Amino acid sequence: MIGFIVKRFINYAILSAIATLSAYVLASMILNPAGRYLGRNPRPSDATINTILDGLGVNPNTPVIERLWNWAVNLVTQGSLGETIHNTSVISEMAARAGTSLRLLILGTIIAAVFGVILGVWGAVRQYKFSDQAISYGSFAILATPSFVLGILLMIAATALNGFLGVQLISFTGEYTAGLDGGLWVHFWDRAAHLLLPTISLALMGAAGYSRYQRSAMLDVLSADYIRTARSKGRTRGSALVRHGVRVALIPMSTYFAYSFATVLAGAAVTELVFSWHGMGEFLFQAIQQSDINAFTGAVLFNAILVLIAGTLSDVVYAALDPRVRV
Amino acid sequence: MTENLTTDLSLARRRGASPSNHLLEVRDLTVTFPQPSGSVTAVRGVNYHVDQGEFLGIVGESGSGKSVSSLAVMGLLPSSAQVSGDILFEGRSLLGRSDKEMSKLRGEGISIIFQDPLSALTPVYTIGTQIAEALLLHDKSLSKLAANARAVELLKVVGIPNPERRAQAFPHEFSGGMRQRAMIAIAIANNPRLIIADEPTTALDVTIQAQILEVLQKAKEMTGAAVVLITHDLGVVAGNADRIAVMYAGRIVETGTVDQVFHEPSMPYTVGLLRSMPNLATAGHTRLVPLEGRPPLLTNLAPGCPFAPRCPVAIDACRTTEPPLIVFGNDPANSAACLRVAEIASGALDRSQLYPVPEPIAPADRAEVLSKSVLRVEKLVRHFPLTKGSVFKHSIGTVRAVDGVSFDIKSGQTLGLVGESGCGKSTTIMEILELAKPQAGQITINGVDVAVMSKKERQALRRDIQVVFQDPMASLDPRLPVQDIVSEPLTVHGVPAKERLKKVLDVLELVGLDPSMASRYPHEFSGGQRQRIGIARALVTDPKIVVLDEPVSALDVSIQAGVINLLEDLQEKLGLSYLFVAHDLAVIRQIADTVSVMYLGRIVESGPAEAIFDNPQHPYTRALLSAVPVPDPTVERTRQRIILDGDLPSPTEEISGCNFRTRCPLYLLMDPAGQEKCRTVDPVSRPLNSSEVACHHAEHIDRMTGTTKQPQRP
Repeated sequence: MIGFIVKRFINYAILSAIATLSAYVLASMILNPAGRYLGRNPRPSDATINTILDGLGVNPNTPVIERLWNWAVNLVTQGSLGETIHNTSVISEMAARAGTSLRLLILGTIIAAVFGVILGVWGAVRQYKFSDQAISYGSFAILATPSFVLGILLMIAATALNGFLGVQLISFTGEYTAGLDGGLWVHFWDRAAHLLLPTISLALMGAAGYSRYQRSAMLDVLSADYIRTARSKGRTRGSALVRHGVRVALIPMSTYFAYSFATVLAGAAVTELVFSWHGMGEFLFQAIQQSDINAFTGAVLFNAILVLIAGTLSDVVYAALDPRVRV
Repeated sequence: MTENLTTDLSLARRRGASPSNHLLEVRDLTVTFPQPSGSVTAVRGVNYHVDQGEFLGIVGESGSGKSVSSLAVMGLLPSSAQVSGDILFEGRSLLGRSDKEMSKLRGEGISIIFQDPLSALTPVYTIGTQIAEALLLHDKSLSKLAANARAVELLKVVGIPNPERRAQAFPHEFSGGMRQRAMIAIAIANNPRLIIADEPTTALDVTIQAQILEVLQKAKEMTGAAVVLITHDLGVVAGNADRIAVMYAGRIVETGTVDQVFHEPSMPYTVGLLRSMPNLATAGHTRLVPLEGRPPLLTNLAPGCPFAPRCPVAIDACRTTEPPLIVFGNDPANSAACLRVAEIASGALDRSQLYPVPEPIAPADRAEVLSKSVLRVEKLVRHFPLTKGSVFKHSIGTVRAVDGVSFDIKSGQTLGLVGESGCGKSTTIMEILELAKPQAGQITINGVDVAVMSKKERQALRRDIQVVFQDPMASLDPRLPVQDIVSEPLTVHGVPAKERLKKVLDVLELVGLDPSMASRYPHEFSGGQRQRIGIARALVTDPKIVVLDEPVSALDVSIQAGVINLLEDLQEKLGLSYLFVAHDLAVIRQIADTVSVMYLGRIVESGPAEAIFDNPQHPYTRALLSAVPVPDPTVERTRQRIILDGDLPSPTEEISGCNFRTRCPLYLLMDPAGQEKCRTVDPVSRPLNSSEVACHHAEHIDRMTGTTKQPQRP
């Protein structure tokens, strides 16, 4: 079993490396880092621009394959991902932002998963009844709403609530209140209050998707013969569904959970922008906007690592849930 | 363990109602499933009762309402079902109880064994956990450890070897027979007063079926529980049940003691069902009497007796009023729902003449056949390598699916190939149908070796050898009308469109379908009709050889006879040769001229059908035959059963010497020198009496019948 997991991990690691290198090549071909300097007034001389680009290792005059080689050698020998166009190291920039993003992602995904599973199971058990219909319409509505609209709607609601209560209960701009005095608890509550809305926004979107999948997985299980067997042993319908049904219905979900954890990053980028969080989503967004090849590749690498971890995790969880795949 | 169960049993008896009352009484039970297209009344006024320790058999075809009525007793019907009438268990009504109240009774008072044990066990929990769960649910004071220990004991009771280790296994690690044993263990865990077994052996091989029925009987004796056995197979209940209830179209149409129902059936449906079943004791000598038509749809039932459209002795009154179940004769246990029951019971209407026996094909219509070999298979081998690894594949063993099979079919003859599932029957016919050079051995069709044929010759030869598959629903494309399905083989062989249609209509007529139905789609036909379409598709190219892969096993009993008769008639009319693969020995007995018995990729015995069935020489053949239930209680009671141990070994297993010795009852009876021979020397087929037998000790086969009790394996 351990051997199997290790083999899968190596597999994912190779895929991540390929994805990152491809991203580098793709970015080098599409993004034009020189453009940033051309529009300046006074326009720097070509030689100056070349020197700057050479320093970053993104000069389009150097063949892509050579730049890729240098980038990879740098990564392996010095553990460096190069520098951003603001002359800060990509690694340090990412280290500062990753925590912010992961806090949001992990919390959002866990809450989304829990609610998604509960709503999905609930909807399946009460198929076509009012509560099922309500959950279905609700999740379709959320799935159809762009994430920035959802974020803005939440902000409007929070402002209304704050106005109604007369105190700033929910703050939603940035990650924390700048220049806040006070002890550890004060800071903790401040961060929690800031975390609330973006987390709700991510969790809502996630839960809407999960609940649809969980509902259909559960519907397959509902009519299964082993539920009938469990009831024939003396379980009530509800307890048979929970003990024997949900456990089996979670098996196909584990893969979906793990992978969507990584893909939530894309959705989180918009959420981060809406709530002015300086996370990885914003980093990726700005890298493309500013034609920053090194930063872009770094962001892709970060995403690839998330996929790598999630993929391995999903294999472990799958094997833990389903004895039939254990080897 | 046994003491435990018996003390629990006397407790259960004391708790139970007074013996004058019935343990379970079902009164005027009606179950309706509302559907947008009109509600379906699956059970229409069923009355029956079961007394303590009694064995009731409920027999019926699919859709007769037998399972629905038992699920109603358990309170396991979907919530949309509307149930009326009354169900009394130990004198108390079960209808209208909440799920919570019912759950206290389920498993403790009444337990149920379901048909398909693979899907009936939760895949993610171990067998031991699932048995312990049943115990813990009803005995809160039981510790988890004690429950697990008890689960192991229960596994031992139902005959699972190595129960301590096997309790840790997951359902997918068990074979079908073992899973069903585990289901029985769950059912008897709390010493219930009533066990309902819903088609417990339907998906299993005959040898495993015999084992399971024995375990069920043992479980009944140990717990003293009453048993309701629901089945479509009359043979299964003949030997075990005290009373029988026959269901048709949602009602009980006849009930009585087992002897009464089998020997003097009084409802025409029961008479027809018994006559239409191929029966080991009578098959091969008489033509089957088919029960024409099909059961009515329960959506909108016409007034009158639902059986009237299929009944040969229906009178006008039958079509207007539905007869109630009325007692006849002296024994109040016997009753039938037929207006003419008095005439049938008194003998005024002769039971044996009730159904017209179909005429055999007139000699003038019979095709002339020259006795020559049309299909000859010699030492056919098909091994599959077992590989491991995704990048570097390496072989870790071989599956000997077909391991040196030889047989010969003469024109106009039928060869029956029998064996348990997994013995290599299907691989054998697939190898033949491929018409390619086999791994080893030789396949000769019409005297030509298929290995040396050119592509064109092979294509032409495919016209001569056609196949009919098991599942008539899955083997017909649902999106093609029947005429396209049937004419497809002709399209392949480049027959012009005009001729094709004419040929299709002819062949539909030949298999007894109305040619005007040619433009309909498969789903508009019943199971028996669909199999006729499958036969028509095979016959449309005028083949010489038809390979029939379990052609009737997916059909209901009353439909089977018609298809078997059709196959017999077609053979006579067209001079066809059949390679008939089946696991049902009674069907083989009915249709085959020669029989080959397969075990683990080998043919262990072959010869003329009479010789194989009347005087089997190989211990496996003998065990197989003795495992087949016969729908005759007198025969069943006097028959001696040879029950094989365990399951069919995996074909990957290397067994030295004779590969049957691991389960062979004769092996155990031999002296050490004889056993040594079985262990070391692989037996070759040799002629004995009129068959070919692959057994060293076939001369001593009668030793097996000498012992009354099964020898215990050490």
